Amino acid sequence: MLEKFKQTQFYRAIFRTGGAPIATHKQRILVTLNNVFLHLHPVRIPKHAVKIKYTWCMGGLSFFVFLVLTVTGILLMFYYRPTIEYAYGDVIDMKEQVPLGLMREIHRWNAHLMVITVWLHMFRVFMTGSYKPPREFNWMVGVVLLILTMLLSFTGYLLPWDQLAIWAITVGSNMAGATPMVGAAGPGSSLLAIGDVNFVHSASDARFVMLGGRFVGEGALLRFYVLHCIALPFVIMIFMIVHFWRIRKDGGISGPT
Amino acid sequence: MSTPKPQTEQSTERRTFIKWFAIGWAAFAAIVGGYATLILRYLFPNVLFEPKQSFRAGATNEYALGEVSERFKDKHGVWIVRDQEKIYALATVCTHLGCTPNWFPNENKFKCPCHGSGFYTTGVNFEGPAPRPLERYKIALNDDGEIIIDKTKKFQQEKGEWSDPDSFLLV
Repeated sequence: MLEKFKQTQFYRAIFRTGGAPIATHKQRILVTLNNVFLHLHPVRIPKHAVKIKYTWCMGGLSFFVFLVLTVTGILLMFYYRPTIEYAYGDVIDMKEQVPLGLMREIHRWNAHLMVITVWLHMFRVFMTGSYKPPREFNWMVGVVLLILTMLLSFTGYLLPWDQLAIWAITVGSNMAGATPMVGAAGPGSSLLAIGDVNFVHSASDARFVMLGGRFVGEGALLRFYVLHCIALPFVIMIFMIVHFWRIRKDGGISGPT
Repeated sequence: MSTPKPQTEQSTERRTFIKWFAIGWAAFAAIVGGYATLILRYLFPNVLFEPKQSFRAGATNEYALGEVSERFKDKHGVWIVRDQEKIYALATVCTHLGCTPNWFPNENKFKCPCHGSGFYTTGVNFEGPAPRPLERYKIALNDDGEIIIDKTKKFQQEKGEWSDPDSFLLV
């Protein structure tokens, strides 16, 4: 039955190697190379690469957790409205009234988990010296991914719109206000002035552009929502593409020397 | 077999190419830079849907001697304090990281719930991580004798601005 199905035009149109039993090494390689999802993986890997004790699989776990976050995040967006009037109530609703009330908690737990796995992955890469040439550029890409992970964590923090969220973002965004030159409370901001006219003030500085207002309010909630759901995932995916591609191009997983 | 072009002609061509190449890239960079500037400006709205920065706070006799009034705390983020000789408006923004402290009448102090900074009724910090006193806002009387508080003008003690006559009302 299955063998017959493998001979159909339908099957052969999708899997171009056809259903013929794999006899040669070349055929085996082609199965991987001719599939867009499989070809992301190397055709062969060194023995140490599959050792959990060596990699902890932390990079792979980070990506898996990111996929879980993407799926649950999309599901949460069906119920969550990013306005001061509805945000908190919608989050409570997702727990009490929406079927499968764990969805928001799964997203939250995985968010915590992703920060942990990304740090552990970085720790592993550091301890095995995998940042050394020829992988030094991928280490830098990884640092950007770490920063993006933390920015995603930070922007998601505001969305429940409870006291913890509002005050945490108030504290966090006040740090942006202390940025040198472009923060109103930061050093050097008074240098950017002509006479009495200050160009960097509380309605024109780095903190303001982050919050879309002078305090954590409607503008900040909407900005953080768009950053969290659209802008930052978009950017982090681009960096992830480069990161994964460079693993292959830099000679695969590093090995003990 | 083709004969090579004379040297002079070739270098003229190269020069023209490089010229237009440079002009092209400069134009491209200028357009991209222009768009980037527009996008940056786009992120700064012209109209803010936030409460007004100045408000009327009633007559001076509505505030008792030694009182710390929380009347405008929620709406405008201001405490109005009256001491022996003057009335002043304190910002309810902790100078550590921007949380809102609470007023404790029994202990006669402001205490921030976030990291425990404490302030006297004057606004001067005495405990916790806050690095400087609370800020005071501009306070004045209008023609009808009503108190007007203007939050766009701030007075900081560490800059010696609390002696500015705009920062308090003599009563």
